[in-house]
Amino acid sequence: MPQVTLTVNGKNSTVEVEGRTLLVELLREKLRLTGTHVGCDTSQCGACVVHVDGESVKACTLLAVQVDGCQVLTIEGLAAADGTLHPMQEAFREYHALQCGFCTPGMVMSAIDLVHKHPEGMSEREIREGLEGNLCRCTGYHNIVKAIAAAQDVMHGKRSELARAAE
Amino acid sequence: MNVVAPFEGIGASVRRKEDLRFLSGRGQYTDDIARPGQAHAYILRSPHAHARILKVDTAAARAMPGVVAVYTGEDTKGLGGIPCGWQLHNKDGSPMAEPRHPVLAEGKARHVGDPVAVVVAETRAQAKDAAEAIEVEYEVLPAVPTLREALAPGAAQLHDAAPGNLCYDWHIGDKAVTDAAFAQAHKVVRFETTNNRLVPNAMEPRAAIGDYDPTTGEHTLWTTSQNPHVIRLLMGAFVLNIPESRLRVVAPDVGGGFGSKIYHYAEEAIVTWAASKLHRPVKWTADRSEAFISDAHGRDHVTTCELALDETGKFLGLRVDTLANMGAYLSTFAPCVPTYLYATLLSGVYAMPTIYAEVKAVFTSTVAVDAYRGAGRPEATYLLERLVDVAAAETGMDRVEIRRRNFIPTDAFPYQTPVALQYDSGDYFSTLDAALETAGWADFEARRAEAAKQGKLRGIGISTYVEACGIAPSAVVGSLGARAGLYEVGTIRVHPTGSVTVLTGAHSHGQGHETTFAQLVADRLGVPLSQVDVVHGDTAKVPFGMGTYGSRSLAVGGSAMVKAMDKVVDKAKKIAAHLLEASVQDIEFERGTFRVAGTDRTKALAEVSLAAYVPHNYPIEELEPGLEETAFYDPKNFTYPGGCHICEVEIERDTGKAQVVNFTAVDDVGRVINPMIVEGQVQGGVAQGIGQALMEEAVYDEAGQLLSGSMMDYSMPRAEDLPMVGVANHVTLCTHNPLGVKGCGEVGAIGSPPAVMNAVVDALREFGVRHVEMPATPAKIWNIINAGAQRMAAE
Repeated sequence: MPQVTLTVNGKNSTVEVEGRTLLVELLREKLRLTGTHVGCDTSQCGACVVHVDGESVKACTLLAVQVDGCQVLTIEGLAAADGTLHPMQEAFREYHALQCGFCTPGMVMSAIDLVHKHPEGMSEREIREGLEGNLCRCTGYHNIVKAIAAAQDVMHGKRSELARAAE
Repeated sequence: MNVVAPFEGIGASVRRKEDLRFLSGRGQYTDDIARPGQAHAYILRSPHAHARILKVDTAAARAMPGVVAVYTGEDTKGLGGIPCGWQLHNKDGSPMAEPRHPVLAEGKARHVGDPVAVVVAETRAQAKDAAEAIEVEYEVLPAVPTLREALAPGAAQLHDAAPGNLCYDWHIGDKAVTDAAFAQAHKVVRFETTNNRLVPNAMEPRAAIGDYDPTTGEHTLWTTSQNPHVIRLLMGAFVLNIPESRLRVVAPDVGGGFGSKIYHYAEEAIVTWAASKLHRPVKWTADRSEAFISDAHGRDHVTTCELALDETGKFLGLRVDTLANMGAYLSTFAPCVPTYLYATLLSGVYAMPTIYAEVKAVFTSTVAVDAYRGAGRPEATYLLERLVDVAAAETGMDRVEIRRRNFIPTDAFPYQTPVALQYDSGDYFSTLDAALETAGWADFEARRAEAAKQGKLRGIGISTYVEACGIAPSAVVGSLGARAGLYEVGTIRVHPTGSVTVLTGAHSHGQGHETTFAQLVADRLGVPLSQVDVVHGDTAKVPFGMGTYGSRSLAVGGSAMVKAMDKVVDKAKKIAAHLLEASVQDIEFERGTFRVAGTDRTKALAEVSLAAYVPHNYPIEELEPGLEETAFYDPKNFTYPGGCHICEVEIERDTGKAQVVNFTAVDDVGRVINPMIVEGQVQGGVAQGIGQALMEEAVYDEAGQLLSGSMMDYSMPRAEDLPMVGVANHVTLCTHNPLGVKGCGEVGAIGSPPAVMNAVVDALREFGVRHVEMPATPAKIWNIINAGAQRMAAE
């Protein structure tokens, strides 16, 4: 069986996998990092989004062998070592952007990458369009959009009209 | 300490206690659990909608690597059938047809996805590989996927025990009185519609793990359920014959339900049974594609209705004839949804003098239908609110005025409808006025004109609704055919040092119970939220419960907690009286402090609870030690949330795409415990309602294949499909439960679809459209625009 060596949340691991093993299966079953979820089998829902070398990817669309030598960040590795939440996690909590919590890890990981890719800041419409790869069935996205709008300002070190409007 | 600071009680938008674990990846959903030594089950499902199973050859599969066991219907035929929770009766009083629902297909498959065999292997991949090696010989029979096909003369028969594929032929109301009202009508408005079949699609696919301890004989099932005690009752008593004392059902974190996780599913019985055969844990998790063909679907009605009006636009009577799709087998709630959760709601918010409704429930070669967010009440509301708009158009009355003229007067509560329900409270005029004001109804024509300048068709729609939830009084539902009581159970355990554990039979799968229920305790007992823990979802921890559906958790489960807290306070007052050397009649209690009335002599709850568990100075002759109370609360009536939803859509002429651009919901959900959570529940419900109106539909082809069988084909709202949803409340209190609460989980999905569709029809009025069926997809609307454009060109 092939071996994969990777760094997940700052920790090095070498794992034996089948050729067909998906990254999300490696994370959930081999490393027991069950915060990354599987919500579909057609890469539509985004519950499995993680960061590979800093970019958001759907962990159900990558084979484990493809991430050999990569840095992977999952929802479990997002908060600081002392437990301080990432601004996106904090905003999701503050704005009630989660209900059942199942889409949440993927939603948070997608949102962080989205904010990184838009240093100029996003409008409500741009946030909505940016979330096209993530499904949520509980919230109607209203509060997710508000949370991302607020978090982007914290992450960019500023406050925008949007966040003020959201309050 | 008289008040909790900061205020965390009733009315505070406290941030949720459960969020930290969900946001840091520490939620524990069923598929996250790995039992030591667990094997994995994969279920081979019928690829045919209706077929005789002539032969199942499992020899090759058994020889595949890692395979532990292979089971077919031959192995499970000694087990009980999957039970239905309701027994309805036909018009003639005879019971409904209730054919056996085997755990694994016995001789016949009745829908695509019907389980035929189970492979248990060391890994999931091995089980899946081996399932491909099972050879099943089918004789394919004609499929009957739709209501009309299943009822057609000479249609293929799914069950011997259900001639004509008819489950029941039921009615409610007074036919003679209603016919007489129609005979005197100034105007009769007739309307036919289909309520589109939906796939609930909770984001977490279903999963189940069975475990068995041969030394104790205890079975454990972890499952993605909204009601673990109900699963224990149904599976233990009816399917596997296991006493409750030896069957533990755990529903840990559950990733959304929306009704689709009420049903006691075959897979739950399969893994529990297989684990006891194999003496090792057996785990099953659905793929999403599998979920589409095995999870219960929702809605699926075809209805004809007629409204009789007098010359002033007053409603005289309503006649309704509905066909309801049950699917191939009866789910837990299916028979009740199109009857007691639908036909009883047909008076809506209107003073409708008489109603007669007939409902035929029909078996089809599709997956079972069950409750889906709103369950029956969205179908009733959609029917009425579209019908009222059609009536307004055909009588030339204003859409708001015709509603106002027929509303149940605010001073008429309690109000008895002609279809069994008695609404306890409501104020439809106030929610209407607030919604009209907030939505800017009066200025709409300016927005329509502005949109027209951009080449867009803009429309506005309104829906005024009431629903019945907080289910339900046990004696009433028992007389209607429910096979269980629908009370709820709550335990308040005050620990020696004053922290509190709440045990509830309700189940949270997104509703935020861990926060809302803790707020009830903070409010009443004055214990800080950080010291209140809510335990749910485990039959080994919680004494009993009926679970969460029908917006019942707070109205019924919360009321049980209040009752238990009353008992705690009563006992604690006696202890406090002893400690304070006062008469119990003189003890007052307010938010955590017992006080001798009119004095400054007090004892904190924690001092009293310590005395209860360390009873050195204690009225031991009269009182048992300890401070823990359990209460069962059986509601006296349903609760009746209501309100008004207003929607604005814009339609692109070139594509036919309708986009909701404004949505206003003003709901009366009774007393609000946590406004932030209530707002989120309404927004989520509205999102599903917009999905039903514009996007979602489970489509079966003639052969009974589900065409919209994946998330690529079944269109659910994404962020860009939805607007911000403005939510407001106008409160009238429920008069018969101690909290005055009505329920908020379903109102969004109930009130919104007709508001959206009334807006779509309004936007298309220049094309002379009377009605558009849900979902109003771009293709459907484009055809209307283009047919209309052609017609206009021809004229």
